[in-house]
Formats: sequence, C-alpha cells, structure tokens
Amino acid sequence: MWAYEKKLQYPVCIKSKDLKMAQLLLTQYGGPSGELSASLQYMTQRYSMPTAQTKALLTDIATEEMGHIEMIATMVHQIFSNATFAEIKAAGLDKYYVLHGKGLFYSDPNGYNWTADYISCKGDAVVDLTRDMAAEEEARISYEYLINQTNDQSIIDPLVFLREREIVHYQRFGEALVKVRDMPNCKFYM
Amino acid sequence: MNSQVKKNVKNLPKNSNCVTMLQLQQLSFALVDLNLYLDNYPDNQQAVEDYNRLFKQYWEAKSVYEQANGPLMNFGHCPVSYPFNWVNSPWPWEIAAN
Repeated sequence: MWAYEKKLQYPVCIKSKDLKMAQLLLTQYGGPSGELSASLQYMTQRYSMPTAQTKALLTDIATEEMGHIEMIATMVHQIFSNATFAEIKAAGLDKYYVLHGKGLFYSDPNGYNWTADYISCKGDAVVDLTRDMAAEEEARISYEYLINQTNDQSIIDPLVFLREREIVHYQRFGEALVKVRDMPNCKFYM
Repeated sequence: MNSQVKKNVKNLPKNSNCVTMLQLQQLSFALVDLNLYLDNYPDNQQAVEDYNRLFKQYWEAKSVYEQANGPLMNFGHCPVSYPFNWVNSPWPWEIAAN
C-alpha cells in the first residue's frame, strides 16, 4: 500500500512561458530514461531482490522517483497553464495539444509514448542493480542536457535538485551491488 | 547530509505557530536521504539517532502545518475537519502551493 503526501519533494514555481522547455522536459516524464521508467523498473525488480536491505532500497528509491514524476509533471503543467493556444502552436507543440490539450501524458519530446520496453527486470540482483546504476547515470546526463537548454532559474533550480538525487541513487545502488556480490552464494562471473 | 540542509534544518523556529511548506520540505528531504543511507547501513547508530531526532522535528512541524492548512496525508494518517478538508486547494502542482 502507498500513502500520498500532499506536497512536492522540492518547490516548483514557474511563471514563465518557456514552452520549448516544457516540451523538452517531457523526456524526463515519458522518455526512456525518465522518472516513470526509473520508478516502475525499481518497483518491479524489488520482488526478486535477495536481501532485506536491497528490498528496502528498491522500494524506497522507487517511491522517491514517484515524487520526481510529480515534480516534472508540475514543471510542465505550470508552463502550459501560462500559455495561450497561439503560443503553444508557435512553439511547435500543436501536435501534442491536439492529442492531450494542456494535460500531462507519458510521452517523450518526439511524441513517442512511454513503453515497458524501456525498462528491464532479469530477476538477478547483480544484473538488475547494474542496470539501475546505468539508469541513474542516464537520468543524470539527461538533467545536464536539460539544464544547458535554459537560463530560467525557476526551471534550473528543480532540475539541479533532481540531478543531485540521481547521483545519490547511483551511489546507493553501487553500495548495494558490492554487498550482493560479497554474498557467499552470489554467482558473479567476470 | 548536505551541509546547507543541515543548517536550514537547525534554523527552524521552535514552538512556532507558523510552519512553512519549505521548512517541511527541508526536514522531509533530510529524512528521505537518511532513510536511503540507512537501507544500506542499518547498523550506523549515529544515523539512526539523526533519523529519530529529525522524525520528531518533522512530526511536530507537520502537526502545526496541518492545523493551519489541512491534512498533508489521507487514508487515516491525519485527522480531518468538517467539511472534509483533504479536498481543499492548493494541490502541490499549483503555483499557489509553492
């Protein structure tokens, strides 16, 4: 069971109409290395984790990622709210608009919808934790690419926070991987 | 823990009648970060003590905030008033909540 807390993990207050940025931010909503992918991948991998600690870690990082989905959605929602249809059309978001209006949908900036093909669960802790470390690094570099696209501090601030969380998660997954490898019955070939 | 977060958490007003959303976000962020650390190092006694100290601060600040602004959690985690104030605006994604 999950409980919802009626608050963002980090404040988001965007009053600009940077629609190009809203479109690019969708990469972290419904894109391959986005927050939805991360949350759902860890959530489904936890069932085959071998230790109590790794079960806890996957559950908790998957849960924090749900908070990050909410932050990205909030950023896009606030930019959309400030814009007129003419501005949406001028920014090249008219195709998105006819599909979803100003609503949020799990697709990437190219219009490709999210798919479970983006994520993986092999039922092996070494394989899955290695994949999770890569997922965190992919998300970190995506945030760096996004930060380089704008000078709007109200957009950069939450992105910097999210980037830092990817680094912490990468560290935690790495520590978990070392511990799993050190288990006496761990099959790890290299 | 990030030193800036530690400083901000330390500067929280004691017995204040006014707790801001930002103060709650700072406290709960410290707890999330410590929780992930403890998942990997459950035998770190100092981190457990930090967690419990921050839990107490967060619980107290959350109670003050909820009395003024309504429940932050539903499904039985928090008392509600009549009419059911869980439904009240603003929701977190709205500018007014930030």
